Amino acid sequence: MNAKPSAARDPSRSSWYVDDAFYAGLVAGFTDFTRADREITDPAVRDRCRALLEREARLLDERRFDAWLDLFVPECLYWVPGTPGGDPRQEIAVAFDDRRQLEGRVYRLGTGYAWSQIPPSRTSRLVANVEVFGTARADQHMVRSSFLVTEHRAGETRTLAGWYAHRLVQHAGAWRIAVKQVNLLECDRSLRNPSILL
Amino acid sequence: MKLEQLPGPYDWDELVQADRVHRLIYTDPAIFRREMTHVFGAVWVYLAHESQIPKNDDFITAQLGLRPIIVVRDSGGTIRALYNRCTHRGATVCRHERGSAKAFQCPYHGWTFLNSGRLSGVPWPDGYACDFKDARFNLAQVPRVESYRGFVFGTLNADAPPLKEYLGPAAKPIDEWLDRHPSARVVVREANRIKYRGNWKLAYDNSCDGYHVVFSHRSLLEMENRLEADPNKGMSFYKSRPDSAPMYMAYFGHGHHFKDKRPNVEKRPGALWEIEGAAPGMEHFEARIRQRLGDRAERALDLASSEPVNINIFPNLLILGNHIQVIQPLGVDETDLTWYGTAIVDDAGELGGAVDDVNAIRLRTQENFPNFGEVDDATNFEQIQRGLEALEDEWVYMHRGLDVPGRVKVDSRGVITAPATDEAFMREYVKEWKRLMQARPNLVARREP
Repeated sequence: MNAKPSAARDPSRSSWYVDDAFYAGLVAGFTDFTRADREITDPAVRDRCRALLEREARLLDERRFDAWLDLFVPECLYWVPGTPGGDPRQEIAVAFDDRRQLEGRVYRLGTGYAWSQIPPSRTSRLVANVEVFGTARADQHMVRSSFLVTEHRAGETRTLAGWYAHRLVQHAGAWRIAVKQVNLLECDRSLRNPSILL
Repeated sequence: MKLEQLPGPYDWDELVQADRVHRLIYTDPAIFRREMTHVFGAVWVYLAHESQIPKNDDFITAQLGLRPIIVVRDSGGTIRALYNRCTHRGATVCRHERGSAKAFQCPYHGWTFLNSGRLSGVPWPDGYACDFKDARFNLAQVPRVESYRGFVFGTLNADAPPLKEYLGPAAKPIDEWLDRHPSARVVVREANRIKYRGNWKLAYDNSCDGYHVVFSHRSLLEMENRLEADPNKGMSFYKSRPDSAPMYMAYFGHGHHFKDKRPNVEKRPGALWEIEGAAPGMEHFEARIRQRLGDRAERALDLASSEPVNINIFPNLLILGNHIQVIQPLGVDETDLTWYGTAIVDDAGELGGAVDDVNAIRLRTQENFPNFGEVDDATNFEQIQRGLEALEDEWVYMHRGLDVPGRVKVDSRGVITAPATDEAFMREYVKEWKRLMQARPNLVARREP
């Protein structure tokens, strides 16, 4: 998993890794992972995870989307469920972007023709209540945090709130994001101009 | 004369003209209120898909115009649209968006109603002198609820034609949309939901509009084709001379219109799949489908692709791609758009065991347009609403194709066809809208006897 993909299966150009095992691991890994017996209390680990989330939030606020993408492993996922705990095999998600689609999402914002982001939103994110949980693998952690995104665009300011679940993995000598799950409070209600990266 | 200065009632012929409409039809709260009776009460309005309430006692909550409604398959199996309004003091009796219930108890004073709408009991009835068997205490309900192949509609209009007659020639593309699937049906699997600050008709105007595609959706087209040597993905066929392409728009009467892009796609299995944009897992699941089905794979893959039609049933149901989209007005300048995703069921095994793999792609392909296309349309709708606040600039034009010789055709059934970017469908449906707004509909809610 997460080894360097062959050129023919470059996840920026094709999508082979989103398969049954990927989906099954996703649903299993993001269900009930906040178990007391898995909590990692080591301040160094918690600090490292928090630092990654803070850097991620800053890069999004700075609209440095390419640098933000670099925080993710090649075979990554950006996932905004459409219902609390929704199973993506059974239902539509607000967003379910593999590497290729996430790069497409960023590409679209840069075309100059993504009217929903012209002018672009200014955002300010708070990420807090960071807790780290172990998994069956030493090179993989689950991180739960709360977020508050304040978005200002075209004269209006609004807030979007919820919690993140990040699957962090060790990749090429660094901790990177394998999956970012965004649990919006209003995930199953209508969203006005849902065009920013959350 | 400025229409704002008219004392009212409005001069409808002034508001809706052959080539243009007045800004007020999108901005005026009084016109919106009238629409809630004269349009959203008087015609068949889409309420739900049967797959959302598959078993007896299943319900969802919805709206008929602004009326809160419970769409329920009652304990006897009859689909009803109950007013979600306690007959005692008016509180909603059901606060959940979906569920299963044989009865609804009002949280305020505990009056309880069976899912047929009949009152089953009130607390301490000896405090009342009346007879609670009187029908006036049963929940009000939409008097006419009919389904067409899984699509549930309701109307308050006693004089409305039967649903099938209301759909008219629009039933044919609905049939074709369904019949391409195993067992000729689909099921709803959650939704992308987008709201915008604009009038509901801006979405209905847009639903058959082939003129906006390459402009409003330019970023989507560029994104979808960024990795392609031959940029033919998605709606790329709009890019050069769309009016000489074989696709067309049609107007069916009763406000229904249709954009048929199928003639642009070669009529062979797999042609639709070839222009489908990228989606997560697509290569993996495609390979498995091909391995399993061999030469029959193309047809299955086409079912994971976006069907190139827009079937627009006035006033609030838009069947497009594989979506069932619902327009829900919330106010004169506020609208919800719900893009229900659909999946395939294959109880008879027509897809040779590949149905889960087809759905695995199909769910993902349906997330594409709401994420990367609709957000830009919704932004444009909001900016129209904003533009229409320019009071002295009164008119909105919809005259593309009007009076251009040979452009608009009418067949023996009265179906009007025109090139894909023509606005004939807008002109025709607003004529119907005008007729409805001037009519005196006979609206009644009924109760169980």
